Amino acid sequence: MKPGFIAKNPSVLIFILILALFTLGVTLLSNAYGTGFVSTSMVKTLGKTLCLCLIAIAMDLVWGYTGILSLGHFAFFGLGGYMIGMWLMYARTREIVVSSASGALPMTPQELNDAIASQVFGVVGSSQLPSIWHFAGSLPMQLLFVVLVPGLLAFVFGWLAFRSRVTGVYLSILTQAMTLALSLYLFQNDSGLRGNNGLSGLQNIPGVTAGQDALSVWFLWASAVALGLGYVLSAFIVSGKFGSVMRGIRDDEARVRFLGYSVETYKLFVFTLTAVIAALAGALYYPQAGIINPAEMSTVASIYLAVWVAIGGRGRLYGAVIGAAFVSIISTWFTGGRVPNINLGFYTINWVDWWQVLLGLSFVLVTLFAPRGLSGLIDLIDGLRAPKRGGDPLGPDDGALQEKEAEA
Amino acid sequence: MRSFLLALTAGLCLLSVPAAVPAFAQDTTPPAAETAPPSGLAKVIADNADAISRPSRQTIGPVVDAIGASGDPGTVTFLQAWGARQLGLRKSDGAIFRLSPSPEGFALADPVTGADAGTAPKSDITEIKPNAGVQGLIASALVRFQLSDPDPAKRRAALDTLARRGSAENLEPLLESIDDEPDPAIKAQKQRVAGLMTITHGATPEARIAAIESFGGDMALDFRAALNPILATTRKVFTGAPEGNVAAELKPGQSGFSAENAYAVLVADGLAPKRLTRTDQRAALESHIENGMVGGVPVAALNDPVQRDRAYTVLEAAGDVPAAATDDEVATLVAAHRYADIYNEPDSAVTDAARNALKSVSVKVGAMQGLDLGLDALSLASIYFLAAIGLAITFGVMRVINMAHGEFITMGAYTGYVVQQHITDYTLSIIVALPLAFAVTFAAGVAMERLVIRYLYKRPLETLLATFGISIALQQVFKNIFGTQARPLTAPGWLDGAWSLNDIVSISYIRIAIFVLALIFLAVFLFIMNRTRLGLEVRAVTQNPSMAASMGINPDRINMLCFGLGSGIAGIAGVAIGLFAKVTSELGSEYIVQSFMTVVVGGVGNIWGTLAGATLVGFLQKGIEWFNPSNTLAAQTYMILFIIIFIQFRPRGIIALRGRAAGD
Repeated sequence: MKPGFIAKNPSVLIFILILALFTLGVTLLSNAYGTGFVSTSMVKTLGKTLCLCLIAIAMDLVWGYTGILSLGHFAFFGLGGYMIGMWLMYARTREIVVSSASGALPMTPQELNDAIASQVFGVVGSSQLPSIWHFAGSLPMQLLFVVLVPGLLAFVFGWLAFRSRVTGVYLSILTQAMTLALSLYLFQNDSGLRGNNGLSGLQNIPGVTAGQDALSVWFLWASAVALGLGYVLSAFIVSGKFGSVMRGIRDDEARVRFLGYSVETYKLFVFTLTAVIAALAGALYYPQAGIINPAEMSTVASIYLAVWVAIGGRGRLYGAVIGAAFVSIISTWFTGGRVPNINLGFYTINWVDWWQVLLGLSFVLVTLFAPRGLSGLIDLIDGLRAPKRGGDPLGPDDGALQEKEAEA
Repeated sequence: MRSFLLALTAGLCLLSVPAAVPAFAQDTTPPAAETAPPSGLAKVIADNADAISRPSRQTIGPVVDAIGASGDPGTVTFLQAWGARQLGLRKSDGAIFRLSPSPEGFALADPVTGADAGTAPKSDITEIKPNAGVQGLIASALVRFQLSDPDPAKRRAALDTLARRGSAENLEPLLESIDDEPDPAIKAQKQRVAGLMTITHGATPEARIAAIESFGGDMALDFRAALNPILATTRKVFTGAPEGNVAAELKPGQSGFSAENAYAVLVADGLAPKRLTRTDQRAALESHIENGMVGGVPVAALNDPVQRDRAYTVLEAAGDVPAAATDDEVATLVAAHRYADIYNEPDSAVTDAARNALKSVSVKVGAMQGLDLGLDALSLASIYFLAAIGLAITFGVMRVINMAHGEFITMGAYTGYVVQQHITDYTLSIIVALPLAFAVTFAAGVAMERLVIRYLYKRPLETLLATFGISIALQQVFKNIFGTQARPLTAPGWLDGAWSLNDIVSISYIRIAIFVLALIFLAVFLFIMNRTRLGLEVRAVTQNPSMAASMGINPDRINMLCFGLGSGIAGIAGVAIGLFAKVTSELGSEYIVQSFMTVVVGGVGNIWGTLAGATLVGFLQKGIEWFNPSNTLAAQTYMILFIIIFIQFRPRGIIALRGRAAGD
């Protein structure tokens, strides 16, 4: 009998268990449903971290498994946030406008629309609702856009890029350029998305009367479910034949092509799928963050994503999750100013100022000395010897893994 | 606007001359003179003491003219004192004096000669305070004296005043003063100003047309500024054929002039009632709510515009609200009139001449703007080239992605800043800073290559990430050392200012210097690569490291030097960029993506490719900005989109390496 999916991937079960325990624990300690040990803002931070773990899984799929170092996935993440943010902002403003309407007559649709438009766009000196907001009043449409817009963008971009065989660092630079173009476009006031003000007030969900205490826990659950589903889906993809082809493309693209696989199609599928996962993560993230602006989609953000995955250990799904969770939580801890300063006598190291330096350097060290990242620790626990780097490359491509490295 | 007002004032004054002169003539009975009867200016002053002491803009014109016509040498000082509110009227005898404060009240002086005339208590003197309008008249009367002032500086100042706001009555004195002008430069300037003033204020249309034509295709701003008011139009409504100097007749419905526009013109002229706006309709309906109904329509149903119209019609029929024009009425009214833009200038010959002149100028101006744009683009291209040339070495020759390249640029700029803290002479400090920046970044580059990059030569994607780690660490270190605010890196004085060909084409010296620097870099790079041992070895290692190694070349050493060279050039570029951009820790990262674009678009591994890439990117960005001048962000967005698409068609860049050197 063939072993089942779970049997082949014991990590999935462990992961789901840990995730469930974590969510349950936070819920029981939260303000709304438990002892109140964990503050609401902490619940939000944890919920946001789960979303970041989800996009890290997407990044791991596209980079760790397929070898496409995309520096554009945070753009998809942001786009997802914008799409859901449009509905949140529109619907919320409509509630406010309707409840504060003066005058004896009920508003005509046109008047309502104008009032919302001037509320939302007054800040960029406009009172017209741009045409891209046409469906902003409809939640199903905007939810559809969360998937469609980033998915379509990724599809078109990927189709163009992969078709002309742009690979390696060229592709990285090209995706970086795409991210830059998108964020520059959104920075304009006449882009129709409020320029550098971005969308705000997203933490208030229209039609929901529950307070932030409860909302934050609900979003934590939603993020946990999304992360769990994303993990299972990704594990399913990478464990089968499809996953083998993905790894083959990473190690030697030309050889896979000569074996008769349509490398471009595989790449395009992975690229688009991960873009959609990233967008969904963004759509869950920004209602918890409360505000989204184009600065969130800067090119640096996408490189940080790669940093998380690399620190966690790429080429394995739990590595990406560990990396994203570890780096973003420790980063919150350091930049929050709660780490004691180190007094060297001649100079006091204030971690708020020096954390970034530490992060940068530790990242260099990880790249140089621990290519398997933090998940290498799990291998140690597992009783596996960390394979020494070395041996012959598996393929002639520059990015091919070394022999020993790929054994695990 | 201001000059228009002044001209209007002057015109009013001229109109009032005939009326005022007879009154002035009747008043010529000699006043009771104590000593010698006053003559010349003194007489004019004495005659008009009343008007001078209570000047108003409507009546003072002829008096100022009379004072100016007296030809007395004291005229200028008198007018200046008057304009500066230094004159006073002695109440006891109505005589006018120049005042200066003294212990007893005022010290008096003869207004014409300045001779001492004793003192007077404050109570005996009424200070003469002409208002701003009168002061303007006095000032323009003064101009004609200043135009023939012995001091050239004063003549120039007076000409500048005229060029800015000359009025019609200044034209005559200006023309008169041209012939006696000794200084040829000022004479030419006078002729030019006279020509410009003739265009606006010339006595006959022929003179004005001649003046317009005398300028030929002059592109200066002042000439265009003189022509534009002539071509100003007003939109008017006519029941019959349009009258006056018609610029263009407008048909409702043509582009830019919709039927709504036409109706708005009618409303503005009072020929039609205002249309009922939705807001007005809403207010009217709200004020007629009875028992939850308006005009028989329940209030709850009034969220529909159709229902609102129905309710309003009912109210209208009942006479409760003013009748609103229906669409048919509006259409009839609009169709019943003709619309035209009418020149404010009545003479069609003048407007024709002005239009033709402007048309011929605008072609030239367009060409010049194109040239200016080209210069801007060239300068931008050289900045990109400077920023990218270091990358072209590290990325192009060594295939190593250096995300910290931007930070090397920043490092160079900060080196310049630190040098300027110690050497105050800007020229010297820049001369010191350039090699020092090279040395510092060269050392940093070599250190980075030795410590990190050489372990990652076979793994470009990881190089990208490791150098990114260095990049964020370095950026934060800069922030910690230099703070987040911009640091000044000041260019030496001789680089200030701009070289300007005419009013349109100009380029700052700093940008020229950067262009020259870019050319020097190109030459140095070509020399090193093609004429030195190092260049030969670099090319050999690029093409085949193991073959090069077996020929006795040390690839490690070459890679190290190459990386150092690329980083050092980034440092020098940093000094240059810091001269015009703000030196912050983020200076370099603003250029990094564009630099990568430049290298990738141009073609990797070829300096000419980098040059072509920088030129393409620079010209493209400026070109797109030209279509959409207010929006640099959009220009960058479209440029990047263009590049992404460009890469689709030429994935290896403009100049692609061929053969074995091209690698995979």
